[in-house]
Amino acid sequence: MTDKELRVSKIRDGTVIDHVTAGQALNVLAILGIDGSGGESVSIGMNVPSDKVGQKDVVKVEGRELSQSEVDVLSLIAPEATINIIRDFDVIEKNRVERTDTVRGILVCPNRNCITNADEPVRTEFEVLDDGVRCAYCDTIIREHDVAEHIDARGAGETAL
Amino acid sequence: MLQDHLISAAHLSRDDIEAVLDHAAAVDADPDLVRDRHAGRVLALCFFEPSTRTKMSFESAMKRLGGETIDMGSVESSSVKKGESLADTVRVIEGYADAMVLRHPSEGSAKLASEFVDVPLVNAGDGAGQHPSQTLLDLYTIRENAGLDDITIGIMGDLKYGRTVHSLAQALTNFDVRQHFISPESLRLPRNVRYDLHEAGAQVREHTDLDEVLPELDVLYVTRIQRERFPEEREYLEVAGEYRIDNEVLSDASDDLTVMHPLPRVDEIAPEVDETKRAKYFEQAHNGVPVRMALLDILLGGNE
Repeated sequence: MTDKELRVSKIRDGTVIDHVTAGQALNVLAILGIDGSGGESVSIGMNVPSDKVGQKDVVKVEGRELSQSEVDVLSLIAPEATINIIRDFDVIEKNRVERTDTVRGILVCPNRNCITNADEPVRTEFEVLDDGVRCAYCDTIIREHDVAEHIDARGAGETAL
Repeated sequence: MLQDHLISAAHLSRDDIEAVLDHAAAVDADPDLVRDRHAGRVLALCFFEPSTRTKMSFESAMKRLGGETIDMGSVESSSVKKGESLADTVRVIEGYADAMVLRHPSEGSAKLASEFVDVPLVNAGDGAGQHPSQTLLDLYTIRENAGLDDITIGIMGDLKYGRTVHSLAQALTNFDVRQHFISPESLRLPRNVRYDLHEAGAQVREHTDLDEVLPELDVLYVTRIQRERFPEEREYLEVAGEYRIDNEVLSDASDDLTVMHPLPRVDEIAPEVDETKRAKYFEQAHNGVPVRMALLDILLGGNE
């Protein structure tokens, strides 16, 4: 099997996230809460040549579809990504991520004194700005290039197949 | 009009502000206008941090409206000490009161609390975040002394952690005001406030030296540089003296300069300034009562 065949090998059921910004594949896994402990079968292509964007990352996850909150955060770190839902080896749905107004429940506010970091019954909420996000509770701004550092993998929603 | 709660000055429009200030002026001129209007109604004072001025002025305001206040007492003696969440605390207290005033050490606490109650809630300070009712009385004082359009204001001191500064700066974007911020580099305005000022198209400049801008000012708003914010005592002492106002420092200022301070002060304004006509900080504190009377009256629906 060649490298090329390995990269493009099909999955039976799951999600292929294509056209991820080069270098962001591991952050995509963090958004999905995948660290290997859950037993998912994952394939990653990093810095893969792309006619469309020069270089891209590709993430394939067996047995897993993305929740809307996961897609919302994905839109911040990989705005050009396409999400292909695979069932029985066929692409049954193909979507571009769309930049959202608000991201709920997946980012952790970096302000340690923010009420969302206390033991309160509240999900984090961030307003999406042109170049980052802003905590709806304490107003702290996270610049776009720092967003991935504040992903709370535990907060990632899951939609099992 | 003003929303159900007062959480952040960023939510206040010019119309909202003018409605409160106009009503406060009417109340100030004739307290009988609202006397006993809220007889039988109860305001809950939920102070998770010590407070003298804010708490007493809300208490005074509610009593002058004919209402009553209840007080959760010190945090040490409350169920918070047993580990109760803020969300649960305010949900319980909501059943005891017609409105609520909250001070809490965490940023965003007032927004969170407002999501769990239906009675009007006023943010009386959330950590280093916001203090919007203070801003209303600050604006009232500025309007009385200098007007609120075509003025130049200097805001000096701890701009990073000063919640009164954050609220005031955001509220002033509703008016034609040139804002100058004077602070040590380490205590500059936080990124989010600078972002809001930029988005609002505010006329803003930042300085480390008051002398650069003092002669231009109509209003100088001084805040305390908090010793506990500095990792080293030496660093505090290096900057603290630079931001102390006395009559000599003010010799280059306009005769009509209005000097304000949210109080308490420590040594950032020399007592000799108190005796000059520039000193308006005690007037500013006194304005807390009519402004909070007006605010509570509006939030409780008495002004409809």
